[in-house]
Amino acid sequence: MSRPILQVRDLRVEYETPRGPAQAVGGVSFDLAQGEFLAIVGESGCGKSTLLFAIAQLLTYPASIVGGSVLFDGVDLTSLSTEELRQHRWRDISVVMQSAMNALNPTLTIGVQLADACRAHTDWNDARIAERSAEVLAMVSIDAVHLKSYPFQLSGGMRQRAMIAMALLLEPKLVIMDEPTSALDVVAQRSLMQQVEDLRHRLGFSVLFVTHDMSVVSHFSDRLAVMYAGEVVELDSTRAVFDEPRHPYSQGLMDAFPSLLGAPRELTGIAGTPPSLVNPPAGCLFAPRCAHAMDICRTTRPELIVDDTRAVRCHLVNPRSVP
Amino acid sequence: MSEPVLKVENLSQYFRVGGLRSKGLLHALDEISFEVAAGEIVALVGESGSGKSTIARVLAGLYKPTKGSIVFEGHELHRKTDRATRGRMPMVFQDPFGSINPVLRVGHSLLRSLKLHRSDVNNADREAEAVAMVERVGLTPGADVLRRYPHELSGGQRQRLGFAQALASRPSLILADEPVSMLDVSIRIGLLNVMRALRDEEGVSILYITHDLASARYVANRMIVLYAGRIVEEGLTEEVIGTPRHPYTKLLMTTAPDPRLPLATVDGGHDLGEPPKVINPGAGCRFAPRCPLAMDRCRTSTPEFVQLSSTHRAACYAVTGS
Repeated sequence: MSRPILQVRDLRVEYETPRGPAQAVGGVSFDLAQGEFLAIVGESGCGKSTLLFAIAQLLTYPASIVGGSVLFDGVDLTSLSTEELRQHRWRDISVVMQSAMNALNPTLTIGVQLADACRAHTDWNDARIAERSAEVLAMVSIDAVHLKSYPFQLSGGMRQRAMIAMALLLEPKLVIMDEPTSALDVVAQRSLMQQVEDLRHRLGFSVLFVTHDMSVVSHFSDRLAVMYAGEVVELDSTRAVFDEPRHPYSQGLMDAFPSLLGAPRELTGIAGTPPSLVNPPAGCLFAPRCAHAMDICRTTRPELIVDDTRAVRCHLVNPRSVP
Repeated sequence: MSEPVLKVENLSQYFRVGGLRSKGLLHALDEISFEVAAGEIVALVGESGSGKSTIARVLAGLYKPTKGSIVFEGHELHRKTDRATRGRMPMVFQDPFGSINPVLRVGHSLLRSLKLHRSDVNNADREAEAVAMVERVGLTPGADVLRRYPHELSGGQRQRLGFAQALASRPSLILADEPVSMLDVSIRIGLLNVMRALRDEEGVSILYITHDLASARYVANRMIVLYAGRIVEEGLTEEVIGTPRHPYTKLLMTTAPDPRLPLATVDGGHDLGEPPKVINPGAGCRFAPRCPLAMDRCRTSTPEFVQLSSTHRAACYAVTGS
């Protein structure tokens, strides 16, 4: 495997709240190789979007990074100034936001918005900008006539694809996507994912993809990180997590969505709600909802047990914890 | 089968589009006919733009239908239908954050529905009845939930509250317009189980509107697939899922994300089409431009329903092979 493009080390993010700091991201570490597709899944409130924003240095008050580092190509992004960050944005890292509806300016045409990004980050002339704009739209199967279209003239799927085109304008090495498919229908969702996958193979960028619906990424991501209450509880190849989830939370997630295959069966989901992040419980954060919780789970926070490529944070798989 | 709770016949809904002199008519629904029996969940499935939400809005009396009749509990519905009847067909909306008043306690709206729709419950008993309602949908302890403000509840809890509110008027049919699509996957299943429990234990019928075939399969007895304002396939859930006959149903089936599918079977995701906006349509199947099986006659005449079994029908020429 090639050198990691992104190395996140013990990243911690806190939100200031009237009741004290809430730890939204608690010590997350992972590597992302060049050209790799890593998906981060979890319930709402588990800190997955906060993690993305922390990596892209987009956090605003009351959230702030309180520890750890984000190494992009060897440079620690957390130590850079706004101006230095600007050099990296779009050229090296671009972000696709959740709702294209809100992320695109409704009063400007797609072409103007693409050109705007080019002018801010390059010294291209108008002809070069127009050429590149048409090129990226073609990549996502949108006709160049839509350079003159306003966002409202495009369907939801096309808007989301236009956002991806915009993210690819300056050929970044890393594209960060925050639930780009959640506002779309299943058919549009599938074709968007397919398109991201084709482009990734062709252009070789890495993808960091956040979603609450792990079935969306099941056939596209190389690795899958399952987050719970601000921590990564399981990180493994996507297939392994689906075929043989090791953390009880991943197992619960797998059991939470109905299928079109096989005989109809009852599903239960995961009872209970995620813990408070202001006063987290002493032991494992998942213990109150866990069907397999042991005594040690309620008193001692489990370590992330890493062997080879897989990692899991659970006493059950730690031979030293099981009585 | 006993008398259906809801009987919709030849329902069409057109909207005038364009400028003042425009003759453009958007056919949101065209000749929709279906029934909902007592104590069954019927799923209306389709992409956005297929007209599934329009059906719910017409049924709820928010639009006046252009053509057709709606018979609810044996009586024809029309715009002036009284509150008591409307109360027996409440609606649960998609957005749990936009459909509850944020400045009033949870109990307020629930007690109000009870006061308006349930004259059999007197003032003294109303509180107890409200507690029973929220506990019915799995929000416990009920008395505590009623005193909270909506912002103290999660999305899943709010959506359960939506169902409690619908229950308050003793409905025979609940219109549920994408009730789980804004919720996290892990929470959805709980709400789907609430819907099943309401059907099995209270005998309430539910019209479940969704684009998610898998969740429709999980809760629904029957399934109706819509495309561009027309019904393309209808049948018992297992018939439609087990032997889908219309090419559009098949497309929906292959695009539904399912991690249990082996990798090799995933393909054909390059369909970039969308349901058309049907303005002043001529004859012809509306799915033909996207259809892999389209023949010449599909573009010139509209396929009629073919009865595949006593409960299963599809509108497609390729189905009959003729």
